[in-house]
Amino acid sequence: MGKPIDLVQGTLDLLILKTLTLDPMHGWAIAKRIQQVSGDVLQVQQGSLYPALHRLEQQGWIKARWAESETGRQARFYSLTIAGRKQLEAETANWSRLSAAINLIVSEA
Amino acid sequence: MRWPHQLAAKLRTLFARSRAGSQLDDELRFHLERQVEENRAAGMSPEEARLAALRAFGNPALLRDQTRASWSWNSLESLLRDLRLSFRTLSRTPGFTLVSIAVIALCIGASTSLFTVVRSVLLRPLPFRDPAHLVMIYEHFRAPELNQPNYDWNPVAPADYFDWRARTHGFEDMAAWRYAQFNLTGVRNELPEVIMARGGTYNLFPLLGVQPVYGRSFTEDEDRLGKNVAILTWSLFERRFSGDPAIVGQAIHLDGKPFTVVGILPKDFTYPDSDVQIWVPYATGVPPDVLRHHDFHFSRVVARLKPGVSLASAIAQVDALQYQMHLQNLSAPVAEDAVSRGITEDLSKDVRKPLLLLMGAVGCMLLIGCLNVANLLIARAAARQKEVAIRGALGARRWTLVRGQLIESLLISVAGGALGVALSLSATKWLAHAWKNLPTAQSIHVDGTVLAFACALVLAAALLSGLLPAISSTAKSAFSAMQSTARTTSAGLGRTTLRKALLTIEISVTVVLLIAAGLLLKSFVRLRTTDVGAVTSNVLTLDYSLPAEKYSTQEKMNAFNEELLARVRALPGVRAVALGSVLPGGGYGGDDIILVVEHPPIRPGALLPDAMNRIADPGYFQALGIPLLHGRFFTADDRGAQGQKMIISRLLAEKYFPGEDPIGKHLHVPAWDDPKGAQAVYEIVGEVGDTLYQVGQPDMATMYTPAFVDAHNGPGFALAVRTATDPLAISIPVQKQFAALDPELPVSNVLTLDQVIGQSLGSADLSATLVLAFAVLSLILASVGLYGVLSYLAAQRTVEIGVRIALGAQRRQVLRLMLFDGLRPALFGLVLGLAAGAAAVRLIRSMLYETQPLDPAIFAAVAAVLLLVAALACFTPAWRAARLDPMQALRSE
Repeated sequence: MGKPIDLVQGTLDLLILKTLTLDPMHGWAIAKRIQQVSGDVLQVQQGSLYPALHRLEQQGWIKARWAESETGRQARFYSLTIAGRKQLEAETANWSRLSAAINLIVSEA
Repeated sequence: MRWPHQLAAKLRTLFARSRAGSQLDDELRFHLERQVEENRAAGMSPEEARLAALRAFGNPALLRDQTRASWSWNSLESLLRDLRLSFRTLSRTPGFTLVSIAVIALCIGASTSLFTVVRSVLLRPLPFRDPAHLVMIYEHFRAPELNQPNYDWNPVAPADYFDWRARTHGFEDMAAWRYAQFNLTGVRNELPEVIMARGGTYNLFPLLGVQPVYGRSFTEDEDRLGKNVAILTWSLFERRFSGDPAIVGQAIHLDGKPFTVVGILPKDFTYPDSDVQIWVPYATGVPPDVLRHHDFHFSRVVARLKPGVSLASAIAQVDALQYQMHLQNLSAPVAEDAVSRGITEDLSKDVRKPLLLLMGAVGCMLLIGCLNVANLLIARAAARQKEVAIRGALGARRWTLVRGQLIESLLISVAGGALGVALSLSATKWLAHAWKNLPTAQSIHVDGTVLAFACALVLAAALLSGLLPAISSTAKSAFSAMQSTARTTSAGLGRTTLRKALLTIEISVTVVLLIAAGLLLKSFVRLRTTDVGAVTSNVLTLDYSLPAEKYSTQEKMNAFNEELLARVRALPGVRAVALGSVLPGGGYGGDDIILVVEHPPIRPGALLPDAMNRIADPGYFQALGIPLLHGRFFTADDRGAQGQKMIISRLLAEKYFPGEDPIGKHLHVPAWDDPKGAQAVYEIVGEVGDTLYQVGQPDMATMYTPAFVDAHNGPGFALAVRTATDPLAISIPVQKQFAALDPELPVSNVLTLDQVIGQSLGSADLSATLVLAFAVLSLILASVGLYGVLSYLAAQRTVEIGVRIALGAQRRQVLRLMLFDGLRPALFGLVLGLAAGAAAVRLIRSMLYETQPLDPAIFAAVAAVLLLVAALACFTPAWRAARLDPMQALRSE
C-alpha cells in the first residue's frame, strides 16, 4: 500500500462504485446515499466527491448522461460500466483483505 | 470493455472542453440547489439556507479546478493557456517582439545558409559507390622549396600512375584523370565554343561506381590506344544536343577531329567540377612517349581501398615504390613520396578553412543574438516581477512560471526561425553563386537535414535566450519580491549583475569577431593592392587554342597569329597588343627543368633548377609594361633557325646566375629535346622584371621563348589588348577579328586582366566581407544591449539619483557614475575579447597574406572602435540620468 491518501481515495472510489450498483444517480444523491447507509458516519465532501466522479469517468469505470432529476431539473446521472462492475469486484475483494488484516492487528492487543 | 468509455470521456474533455466545463458548472450548481432545498425543508429561511449550503459547499472555484484537474489533457490545456498568454504579452509590446524576431531570424538564417554550404561541400558523401573508401593519391617532393602551401600535393606523372597500379596491392583499383580542353564545333553551323574536358582512364567510372545513363563507359582498348571517343556530361547533352539519346554512336567535332559519343553521364555526376562538359580516354591526345614519363606531372589519381586493408598500409606500399622510382630517376624531377587524402577533402581543400571560419563567425553571431534577446527578456521579467511574485504566492509552482517564460522565448525563436529559414533559401542561393571557388561536385540546396538543423537551432536559441531570464526572475522568494517593489532606491542587484555578465560575454565575442574581420580585411587589401609586376588596368584578355588538325605547322600558326595581331592593333582605341601563353596573374601554366650549358653538370640527387615557361611575342613586354633590365626584347626575326632565343626573369637570373651576366649564356631544357636527338638549347638575350603568376603566391623564376617558334607551347594562346579606355568595349570588335579569320575558332575567358586577377583571389574578398558584416551586426547588437541595460539601470536608480542630486551631487559626477557603470562590462568584455582574439587568430593564420595574426594596429583599432561605440551607447542613458529633476524623481513612485 502507498501513502494514506491512496487509501482514502481508493475507499471513496469503492464507496461510489458500490453505491452505483443499483441505479444511476447524480452526485448529490450519491453523497446522500453514502451518508444515510453509513448511518451518518461517513460524510463525503464535495471537494473529494466530484474530482473522484470525474476521475472514475475518465478511467472508464462509470459513465455519465444528462437526465431529468426528481425535481424536474436536468442533472448528471452516473452509472456503472461493465468494466466498472469488474473493478468493483476487485476493489471489494481488496477491501475485504485489507480490513481483515487491519482487524487482525487491531484485535491482537 | 473499458476503452470505449474511456475514449468517449477523453474525447469529450478534449474536443468539447468548454462545453464539458459549463456542464461541470451546471452539475455543481445542481448540487448546491439541492442542498439549499434540503436546508429550507429543514426549516431555514431562504437566505439562511443559501448561506448554509454555500458554507458546506466550500470554495466553488477551487472545487471546479480540482475536478477539472482529474480530466485528461491537462498539460495540453495549460500549454495552450501559456501559449495564449505569451502571445498576448508579446503582441502588447510589438516593438520588442519584432526586434527580437528580426535578430533571431537574421542569426538563424545566416547559420542555416552556412550550414547548407558546409553540409554540401564538407559533409555530404559524394554520389559514388561507397565514397568513404575513395582516396586521392599525390606525389610529394621532400625539398622544402617545392613545398609551398598550394603545391605540396603534386599531380602525378603518368608512368608513376601506371606503375603504382600494376605493382602495388593495397587498393582494389586505381584510376587517373587529367585536364583537357577542346574547341567544340558544330556540323550544322552552330557557334563554336571552348569546352572544359577531362581525360579519364577506362576504369575511372566503374571505380567510382558511376554508370552512364545512355551508352557505355570507355573500353580498355579505347583507353590504351587513345581512340577518339567521348562521353558527354548531362549538362552538355541537354544544352547542346537537346537531350536526344540518338547522339550516342554519332560523331561530334572536337578540335576539328571527329569523336564518337559512346555514353552520357548521369545528371548528378558533376565530378570534379560542374564546368567539365566532356570526358575522353586518358591517353587520347597525349603523345605515347609522354605516357612513359615519370616527370610530367599532370594527372590526378583516384583509388579505392581494398576492404580490410588499412589506408596506412596501402599507401605505404605506394610510397615505397615511389621512392624506388625516385632513385632510378635522379636526374629528373621524380618525387620521393606518395601521399593521400579523402576524395571529399580533396575537393573542398581551398574552401574548408574559410567555410569553417564563416561557420564559426555565424555561430558567434547567433550566440550574441540569443544573449541579446535574453537580456531584453530579463528587462521584461523585471518589469513583471510583481506579477510573478503574486502568481508564486498564489501557489504557482516554479516550473509553471519558468515554462510560461520559456514559451515566450520559444514563440520568438519559432517565428524568427521560420523567417530565418525563408531568408536562408535565398541567402544560400546567393552564397553558392557569389563564392566562385566553391566545389560544384555536389549541388547546394536546403534539404531535410538542413531543416532539422534549423529546428535544433530554434530550440537551442529558445533555451539559451529564455532559460536564463526565466530562472533568474523566478529565483526570488515571493516575500522578498513583494517587499522590494514598493519603494526601491536600488533594485535587483542580482539581476543587474546577470545582465552585465551577459553583456560582457556579448562584447568579448564581438571583439573576437571584429579582430578576425579586421585581419581578413587587411589581408584582402594587401592582396588586392599587390603589384603583379605588369600593367593590369585597361587590359582585355582572352584565350584561344589553334587545333592541330587545321594548324598543323608552325608556319600556319604564325600566319594566323600575325594576321590577328595586325588586325587587332589596327582597331581604334587599341594602344598595344601582347601575345603569350599565360599572362601575369593568369595562373601557373607549367614549369620545366633547366640546365645552364656554361655551368658544370648538376650532381645527381641535388635539387634540379626549374623555371616556369611562357611564350612572348616581340611586343609582349612593352604592351604589358614589364620592364627590360638587361639585353633586348624579342624581335620579329626571332623565329625559325634564329628563334632559339630566351628572355629570363630577374629571379631566374638571381637564382641561377648569381654574380654573373646571363646575357649570351645558354639554357638547355631537357624536356623539350627532340626525340630524334637534337637538344633544346636557347641563348639568353634579355632579362625582364618579375611578374606574379598568382596574387598571394611567391615569385617564380620564369623563362620566355619567342611566340613564333615551336616552343613546346602547344596550341593554346592568350591575347592581351591594352586600350585607352574601357577595355570591355573593345571585346566585340576583337572577337569579330577572330570570326573573320576563322569562323570555327572559339575564344574563351574574355575578361579584363583586373577581373582575371580578382578571380584568382578566390573567396578572400567574400570571406573578409562576410566576416566583417557579421562582426558589424554583432557590434550593433552588443551596443543595443549595452544601451538597454544602462537605460534600465538608470530607470531603476531614478530615486537614488534624485536623492544624490537633491543632496548636492554635481551633474557631472552623476554622468561619470552612470557612464562608468555602463562602460565597466564593456571594458571587461574588451579585455576578455582581446585575450580570446589573440588565441583565436592562430586558427586563421594560414588565411592571412602579408598580415601578422597579432597585428597591433588591428587590435588597437578594434579596441578603439568598441570603446567609442560603447561610450556612444552609454552616453544617452547616462546623460538622461544626469539631467534628472530631483523633485520629479523623488515623486516618481
